[in-house]
Amino acid sequence: MQFFRSHILVCGGTGCTSSDSAKIIEELDKLLVDKKLDKEIKVVQTGCFGLCEQGPIMVVYPEGTMYCKVKVTDVAEFVEEHLIKGRIVTRLLEKSSDVKDGEYAIEKSSFFKKQLRIALRNCGVINPELIDEYIAFDGYKALIKALTEMKPDEIIETIKKSGLRGRGGGGYPTGSKWEFAAKQDNDQKYVCCNADEGDPGAFMDRSVLEGDPHSIIEAMIIAGYAIGANYGFVYVRAEYPIAVKRLQIAIEQAREYGLLGDNILGTGVKFDLEIRLGAGAFVCGEETALMTSIEGKRGEPRVRPPYPAEKGLWQKPTILNNVETLANIPMILLKGPEWFASMGTEKSKGTKVFAIGGKINNTGLVEIPMGTTLREVIYDIGGGIPGGKKFKAAQTGGPSGGCIPASHIDTPIDYESLIELGSMMGSGGLIVMDEDTCMVDIAKFFLEFTVDESCGKCTPCRLGTRRMMEILDKITKGRGKMSDLDELETLARDIKAASLCALGQTAPNPILSTLRYFRDEYEAHIRDHRCPAGSCKSLLSYEVTEDKCIRCGLCAKNCPVNAITGSKKDEIPFVVDQDICIKCGVCYQKCPVDAITK
Amino acid sequence: MNTNANQPTKNDEKNFLVKEVVARHQHSKGALIPVLHEIQERYGYLPVEIQEKVAKEMNISQAEVFGVISFYSHFATKPAGKYRISVCMGTACYVKGAGSVLDKLKEKLHVKVGQTTEDGAFTLEECRCLGCCGLAPVLTVNGKVYGRLTIEDVDTILESYKNDGGIA
Repeated sequence: MQFFRSHILVCGGTGCTSSDSAKIIEELDKLLVDKKLDKEIKVVQTGCFGLCEQGPIMVVYPEGTMYCKVKVTDVAEFVEEHLIKGRIVTRLLEKSSDVKDGEYAIEKSSFFKKQLRIALRNCGVINPELIDEYIAFDGYKALIKALTEMKPDEIIETIKKSGLRGRGGGGYPTGSKWEFAAKQDNDQKYVCCNADEGDPGAFMDRSVLEGDPHSIIEAMIIAGYAIGANYGFVYVRAEYPIAVKRLQIAIEQAREYGLLGDNILGTGVKFDLEIRLGAGAFVCGEETALMTSIEGKRGEPRVRPPYPAEKGLWQKPTILNNVETLANIPMILLKGPEWFASMGTEKSKGTKVFAIGGKINNTGLVEIPMGTTLREVIYDIGGGIPGGKKFKAAQTGGPSGGCIPASHIDTPIDYESLIELGSMMGSGGLIVMDEDTCMVDIAKFFLEFTVDESCGKCTPCRLGTRRMMEILDKITKGRGKMSDLDELETLARDIKAASLCALGQTAPNPILSTLRYFRDEYEAHIRDHRCPAGSCKSLLSYEVTEDKCIRCGLCAKNCPVNAITGSKKDEIPFVVDQDICIKCGVCYQKCPVDAITK
Repeated sequence: MNTNANQPTKNDEKNFLVKEVVARHQHSKGALIPVLHEIQERYGYLPVEIQEKVAKEMNISQAEVFGVISFYSHFATKPAGKYRISVCMGTACYVKGAGSVLDKLKEKLHVKVGQTTEDGAFTLEECRCLGCCGLAPVLTVNGKVYGRLTIEDVDTILESYKNDGGIA
């Protein structure tokens, strides 16, 4: 075995790949050969570190220095300074970090300190394309334990005792689901993994598949053994090419090692699996729709009961678990259910991964124990709101969820508390909004989404969501009536009651939740024809405040439609012609003295 | 000499492609969607002629094939432009102004979402979350990612493709 004095870990997740991390690796490899360091120092492409805002990220071990926003052109300096002369390139350290010398930033900086990475344990640690690295980090050890030391019902009992609940949205106890499927007497059963992560703004499942694909394979084999299934499907979004590729590589390696196939580890246990790609239908994240889609049909939901554990894929007993749920399974078997249940709150055990985005400084992926407060997530880990703006609300649960307003920022996050607040855990997207975000517009945004994605099977969902969106559109354009608010509430109630699947049943949530906490914003749009956040274009007019204006002319120069006239030389005040103005906001952004109001 | 006789016609090519793909998936259950994925990947889109052939090869009705294609937004029945511009309309991007970026593109290209410019150069699409929320707002042009966009960047990006000499 070859030993290296130093390892350079470069993030190969989608976020960092989008800002050229693959080219950074190429350049590093090339320079290491040039400087004859390639026998001493090894470059490793890993999964996501989580701090996507600062990508591409590169961490050098053993000293643990984390470099951020690295460019290909920085690589030569890094090799010369850090690797050859042993001096840290300070300009590439994370600026806002409390770890000034950059050393062990992953352990010490506030972004990482409050996190507890279980589902993400190997992301940013191992090369996901090498099964040996996974094995070196205790990979497939839980499988060996399960197949050689445990009976199927012992495994199910362990999962039940751990208190693990589904991380994809509903929060159904995983162990009970498995138990239900295990009890079915059938010669053919299936294990499915739901990686059709459709909630816009959530990307933890993708990161697990990209950073630690073997953990999912291991968990699926364990699940198969526990319920008596010998075949599995992973249903992945087609929009995740890197995840699909790494999972494919992992499956092939697992087959080569005898971890998938007819006689796993010589125990006689049989299990294999294949990948099925989604095709851009959000509804396929719903369990029955997902199974219909795997069957090769239009992905429309089916009536439950019968539940999939009884009659799922091709009418055979099937369990469906989300990626993050599965990623927890090997750790529960290795460390015991008591260990897992010791984390979290009374009814929500373990950790949850959140994708934090929107108006927040540290956009990225964080894994926190259940019960952590929203304030800790946003201010301690997320680094607060950019530009000194005020926090207004956080949206969780995507198009099925709702908003948590600033007044509830100290609520400990778990399944129950979010539902009490009128939102839901969902898959873990957490979008932060500041004072410039209009809550009516956000509700409209989510309704546009559900209108697009409603499969059309149930009329209340297909037509009702469209009607709701039309009403919201009217309100954002200043043409709403107060009675529209009652109409929205009636429609919401009917759609919830009369839709077959969760998509329709939860589609009105973004409206109900914003109405609950931000009714005054709706009323301002309707009564005063005013958008308090200054975001709805139809209700805006840009004007120059003469007292403040220094007549620099930047606004007029940058206006794309020449709507602003005035002159410094001739002392003509600058004014915006409202008939020509297209409300693009460029003048507002360009004014150096904030003389433009909206 | 007429060399055309020895070359496969477009129709033969399609036949061959469909036969080959279907044959490879024939032992797999629920194979229609994987088959369509692969054909679209290689042919670019799924016109009616291909749908007919898939139905025949798989021994299912053409209505079933079309039903599946029309259900999933990923499948296209028309060819896309030379450059596919896809604006991420995920929540993180939307909160950070992706809507304005999309509006600007519609205005510059004179197309709606899902349409292709008359010269066949650009197709404008929206997508739901590419997952690089740290770079929001984001768009991609034929898969190349442009992040942390402002409205002004739209002109620069479009110009770079027009000046690429790429548009025939």
